[in-house]
Amino acid sequence: MKLPDLTELALRNLRESLLRNSLTTIGISVGVASLVAMLSLGIGLQQLASRRLVKSGLFDTVVVTSRRDLRGMGRDDDRPLVTPGESRVLDEPSRREIERLPNVLEANPDIRFITELNYEDKPHLTMIAALPSSARSNDAFEGMQGSFFSSDTADEVILQKSFAAELLGKTPIPGGVEPSVEELARPLLGKQLTMRYAQRAPAPTPSAGPADAGGAAAYSVVSREQQLKIVGVADLDPETMRGPMRAKVFLPLKLAESLHVMQPTDLREIASAASDQPVYSSLSVRVKDPAQVQVVEDAVKKMGFNTFSILDATKSLRQFFAVLDLFLGIFGSLALAVASIGIVNTLVMAILERRREIGIMKAIGASDEDVKSLFFAEAGAMGILGGIVGVALGWAIGQVINVGTNVYLKRQSLPPEHFWAVPWWLVGGAILFALIVSLISGLYPASRAARLDPVQALRYE
Amino acid sequence: MSRHYRMGETLIRAVDGVSLTVPKGEFVALLGSSGSGKSSVLNLIAGLDRPTSGSMIVQDRDLAKLSRVELAKYRLHVVGMVFQSFNLIGSMTVAENVELPLRFAEVERESRLSKASEAVERVGLRARMDHRPSQLSGGEQQRAALARALINRPQLLLADEPTGNLDSRTGTEIMNLILDLNRQMGMTVVMVTHERALAERYAQRMIFLADGRVVDDQSNSPHSATSGGPA
Repeated sequence: MKLPDLTELALRNLRESLLRNSLTTIGISVGVASLVAMLSLGIGLQQLASRRLVKSGLFDTVVVTSRRDLRGMGRDDDRPLVTPGESRVLDEPSRREIERLPNVLEANPDIRFITELNYEDKPHLTMIAALPSSARSNDAFEGMQGSFFSSDTADEVILQKSFAAELLGKTPIPGGVEPSVEELARPLLGKQLTMRYAQRAPAPTPSAGPADAGGAAAYSVVSREQQLKIVGVADLDPETMRGPMRAKVFLPLKLAESLHVMQPTDLREIASAASDQPVYSSLSVRVKDPAQVQVVEDAVKKMGFNTFSILDATKSLRQFFAVLDLFLGIFGSLALAVASIGIVNTLVMAILERRREIGIMKAIGASDEDVKSLFFAEAGAMGILGGIVGVALGWAIGQVINVGTNVYLKRQSLPPEHFWAVPWWLVGGAILFALIVSLISGLYPASRAARLDPVQALRYE
Repeated sequence: MSRHYRMGETLIRAVDGVSLTVPKGEFVALLGSSGSGKSSVLNLIAGLDRPTSGSMIVQDRDLAKLSRVELAKYRLHVVGMVFQSFNLIGSMTVAENVELPLRFAEVERESRLSKASEAVERVGLRARMDHRPSQLSGGEQQRAALARALINRPQLLLADEPTGNLDSRTGTEIMNLILDLNRQMGMTVVMVTHERALAERYAQRMIFLADGRVVDDQSNSPHSATSGGPA
């Protein structure tokens, strides 16, 4: 029998015993709904965690260092060390080359230095780091008082809460009440700081001598001052953030680059680099997607640099969620397994009721295969209908729980979150799964119907 | 051929060494009392059952040796059946019942509709095409069953007590239709009945069965044939 005929006959037969078939289909729907609800919770939590991690900038970043940096990053210690003569310098052309790699969003130098900041004529020594404009979306700046830098070259500065407290002389006493970010920001926002730093300036070309023979260049170190306006005070936790975040004061990246602040690596690089080309101790390469980190790392390594990322941590996180999804899926499937017994029951009852009809069909030319296909199609139709209704029901349950949780979070003065995610693959997968389970459930009844002896079946009243 | 089966400890000899030859186009009546084996013989001819021993040869094919799939094809294309209790599917309309064999034969929808409408027209049931069997009289139901049996233009029409549930007037109408098919289309008809008078009126040959055996095989000059119409 052709598929459209089979479908038409199957749906007609299902309509004939509407109540019983509806109840069976509802059983499947409840099973699918529980499966969808469980899995979408798992997926939702995974996405929530991923969103948080991506926003933290931890998992989409590859730190690139030169292989000349014999300190290494720990991860690549087992690799054979490259002699400085064979390795590449991490300079501006290398940075551009890395930026041109597929899946790379940007490659920014890690500029960090310890220097002195004067506030109301009092000097404060601290670690300063530069931030690219893309750091604006970092969740560390959620709840920041003031605003992010107005531009990448603005003479502006964002302070970490503890440094703001230090400027105001409010260093927290252990066990005492910490001042809030709002409290600290109010007197500081809009105020000026003076930064004293050592600038690396190109030195006048020395007369020909032994130094030139080696291709080395010289530079001079000049003491400079820069006025900076406090635009933001952020509640960052330095312990959980990566490298640059451990600093307590942040500058716009372009501004920091233009200042040519003396870097600790400058002394080492002087041996081979031209003095007018900036040489970076390390670059932070931002990748489009955490999944592409490994690819980018490999590409950068091929270029002759060392790399470091927290990919291994994301791997174990993915593993954790895969196991969580598996268990949630198994629990969700239990209801579907119970529903599948309902399908077997419904179809076996249908065979008993329609015994004579099966006999008639065989007498007028239906093959065993036709009869089997018909019962199979009925099981499949119940599966698809149950699957569709179940997905809708699961989605609705998710929405209700999402709304309920967010009402609770709001009462606890916490920002709303999206715990629930029903991706398209889950919709399709759940319906397909319901169809497969139904077809498997239909196997026994269908083959039993096909095996019926037509003579016996026709005698049945 | 024989068809034996067990019922508990007892061996039932439903058909016990029956040997028959039915030429193409003949109208044969199988007569006998209840349990004589006439319906069992009809089921063997229909390919619904297989003989325990012997052969059942139709159009040079031994049905006993056909596979289940081949038997289904044989029932679909060679045989048309009408039953005492009509055996229409209650959830389908007349038109749907009639075209059902064409669905098994995988005939296109348009062709199915035109063939069904032609068959229903032939049995005079055009006005009732969209009715369900429960909305029809016994005679109309048997007409619908006859239209369904004809839809695949079978060479062999098997009728199991076709007038058993009908009044005599309706029974006559149905028998006339069957006779028409036999005469006009050259269709071979094997009819099971326990009414000798019905057989004498329509059949060219009467085969009497008792205890699964042929006890008499007579040629007959049907009255309807000589009178030119049913009595």
